[in-house]
Amino acid sequence: MEKEKSPGEKIWNFFCSLKLTIFTLILLAATSIIGTVIQQDKPAETYIQRYGESAYLFMDSLQFFDMYHSWWFFGLLTLFTINLTACTINRYPITMKAIRNRITTPEASHFKTLSDKAELATDQSVAAVTERIKSAISQGFNEPKVTEIDGKTYLYAEKGAWSRSGVYITHISIIIIFLGAIIGNVFGFKGYVNIVEGQSISEVWNRSTKAPEQLGFSLQCDDFSVTYYENSSRPKEFRSLITLIDDGKVIKKERPVIVNDPLSYNGITFYQSSYGPAGDPTLSMKVTNNATGKTEEMHIHQGQDVKVEGGAFQVLAYTPTYENFGPAIRMSYTPEGGEQKTFIVMQDYAEFDKRRGGEYSFSLLGYDELQYTGLQVNKDPGVWVVWTGCMLMMLGCYIAFLCSHRKLWAMIEPQGGKTKVHFGGSAHRNKPAFTLFFDELEENIRKEIGC
Amino acid sequence: MTSTQLFNWTTVGYFISSILFVIFLVSKNRNIALGATILAWIGLAANTAAIAMRWVESSNMGYGHAPLSNLYESVVFFAWCIVLVYLLIDLKYKAPAVGAFVVPGAFLWMIWAQFRLNSSIEPLVPALQSNWLTYHVITCFLGYGAFAVACGVSIMYLIKGDKPEGKGILSLFPSTKVLDDINYKSVMVGFPLLTLGIITGAAWANYAWGTYWSWDPKETWSLIIWFIYAAFLHARFTRGWVGKKAAWLSIWGFAATVFCYLGVNLLLSGLHSYGG
Ligand code: HEM
Repeated sequence: MEKEKSPGEKIWNFFCSLKLTIFTLILLAATSIIGTVIQQDKPAETYIQRYGESAYLFMDSLQFFDMYHSWWFFGLLTLFTINLTACTINRYPITMKAIRNRITTPEASHFKTLSDKAELATDQSVAAVTERIKSAISQGFNEPKVTEIDGKTYLYAEKGAWSRSGVYITHISIIIIFLGAIIGNVFGFKGYVNIVEGQSISEVWNRSTKAPEQLGFSLQCDDFSVTYYENSSRPKEFRSLITLIDDGKVIKKERPVIVNDPLSYNGITFYQSSYGPAGDPTLSMKVTNNATGKTEEMHIHQGQDVKVEGGAFQVLAYTPTYENFGPAIRMSYTPEGGEQKTFIVMQDYAEFDKRRGGEYSFSLLGYDELQYTGLQVNKDPGVWVVWTGCMLMMLGCYIAFLCSHRKLWAMIEPQGGKTKVHFGGSAHRNKPAFTLFFDELEENIRKEIGC
Repeated sequence: MTSTQLFNWTTVGYFISSILFVIFLVSKNRNIALGATILAWIGLAANTAAIAMRWVESSNMGYGHAPLSNLYESVVFFAWCIVLVYLLIDLKYKAPAVGAFVVPGAFLWMIWAQFRLNSSIEPLVPALQSNWLTYHVITCFLGYGAFAVACGVSIMYLIKGDKPEGKGILSLFPSTKVLDDINYKSVMVGFPLLTLGIITGAAWANYAWGTYWSWDPKETWSLIIWFIYAAFLHARFTRGWVGKKAAWLSIWGFAATVFCYLGVNLLLSGLHSYGG
């Protein structure tokens, strides 16, 4: 009579089932789509405008606007982890049994169950055949185990029992990655800081608590600059020069921090992430009176009405790249009682404005703007755990997909003046490759024992 | 020869190869299949040379970055990956009928790149100036190539249906068992490559921005693909999930792959820019 399963057993079997794995994986894949279609973490007004009030309330109750941190997504990940753990615990003894329970003296019927097998007969003696087969089996196999019972000689060899660990390494690596992510979330933080050129800071803003975080050292921004590709408005580099001071000592002096080359100190890393103007820029101009030839250098601000003899000028706008001609300004000049004229002056073509004619010609000498650099700040003590998990995952995949546990058996017995050999093998994975290997081995053995 | 000319020759090579593969299916003439395979190899050689030449050209322009930095370059590299994986599998399985379902795909990618995409060589913006870009793109796209082949044989599997050997054109298809095996093997190659692609992407993100995972749509979609193919691999051990269901999973997996590659950029970013 079949035993009735206890509720505990039923629950355990539910969590061990591979159907649950497939179900969870597909559900994770399907629900993950939501967060890629609905923008995450926007202000409520954005959503209300887009979806309407009632839809907004419904979606918000399901935490669709921060779904990767929602209770139900977390629940799915938990289910996934429990499933993975239960499966691993459940299968481990089975795998160990498959490794430990070696059949070293197989019945003749055992060979029938193998898909790779051969039956040979030869004139050589049992002892000679045993030796020949033993020497033919090489390529990383264990020393074959030889057993003699009832006049029959049995041979057993195996290789790569460890390769059964591949699946376990892969599965455990997933749990290690989750652990690393949790460590990072609990003990680390993500933040940002803006530093104006010439100033220094010793605290940054934590993005999740929205409170300042003390660094324990200070950072000074010596300079920030953007460079462009030649004849192009495409930026080539964003660069901050940072000086790091800890306890009054200069640890790093004017270290360039650029995108893809962050600065790390005491487990905290700073990444170049944004920049912007910090105050009114100063324009240096050369103003030439075309009538007298008198030249004057002036430092002015954008929008400022600058009086000169016989009129006034004003800089209306500045651009660092004017149609591939480099930095330029748009400015206007208004003669006293006359009509305002607007024109472009380019920094790289200093004499160009002379051709315009008029009372004055202008050239742009420089544009000096105090900037701030925006740095992303990150402390993540779990990241090495995550990388360890990732490497284990690659190792696990390699072993699981490319290595296999291979077994070979031979049964050698005298029969009617001849020696009869049953020979066979199996692999727990990648059977076609094993068949190729087996056929070659069989060929070798045939040659060795002369049949 | 310039890379542009070489890319044109690549497209021509894949085109003729595709036509010959289809003629092979109709005529059942093995010599035509051989010609198709040889042309696919020639196309691959031209594709390789073209990519190398483009690298040289970018060096001559003073940029010198691997040609994997914009949509055009990634599409022609994708075509390269598809044909490479197919030809390697062909060496082992010698099943030219599969070519009729894979090489035309590579041809379509090439023709789209040649006619519709901007092929000018441009310098890298700061965010892309990293060797991680190269490792990340190569691993991802080799994985995608393997998934493309898996999708091709899955379609063949579904066409062949319940008849393991089949009649007419279907008799030229490998048996359903072999199709299923190629499907599985391709995913087995593609899955670790995709895993490595996701890991190198995460490593790069961590190095450049300090977060290895931020649930951005591209990242999330690559994870979705990963979930689907993980489900595929596990389906093997579950009764009732082999054969047709596995073929469908593989097709859905590749559909998700294409969406991750193009849809995320073209559609989702569109939604985003619309939303402001
Ligand atoms: C996305 C996450 C997962 C990955 C990447 C993964 C990876 C793998 C790999 C590579 C294999 C070997 C497959 C093969 O030989 O073809 C495998 C097998 C297996 N996995 Fe997973 N797995 C995942 C999740 C899970 C979960 C959640 C379970 C929980 C039940 C599970 C249970 C199993 C079992 C029972 C096997 C079969 C082992 C065997 O018979 O050799 N896997 N997995």
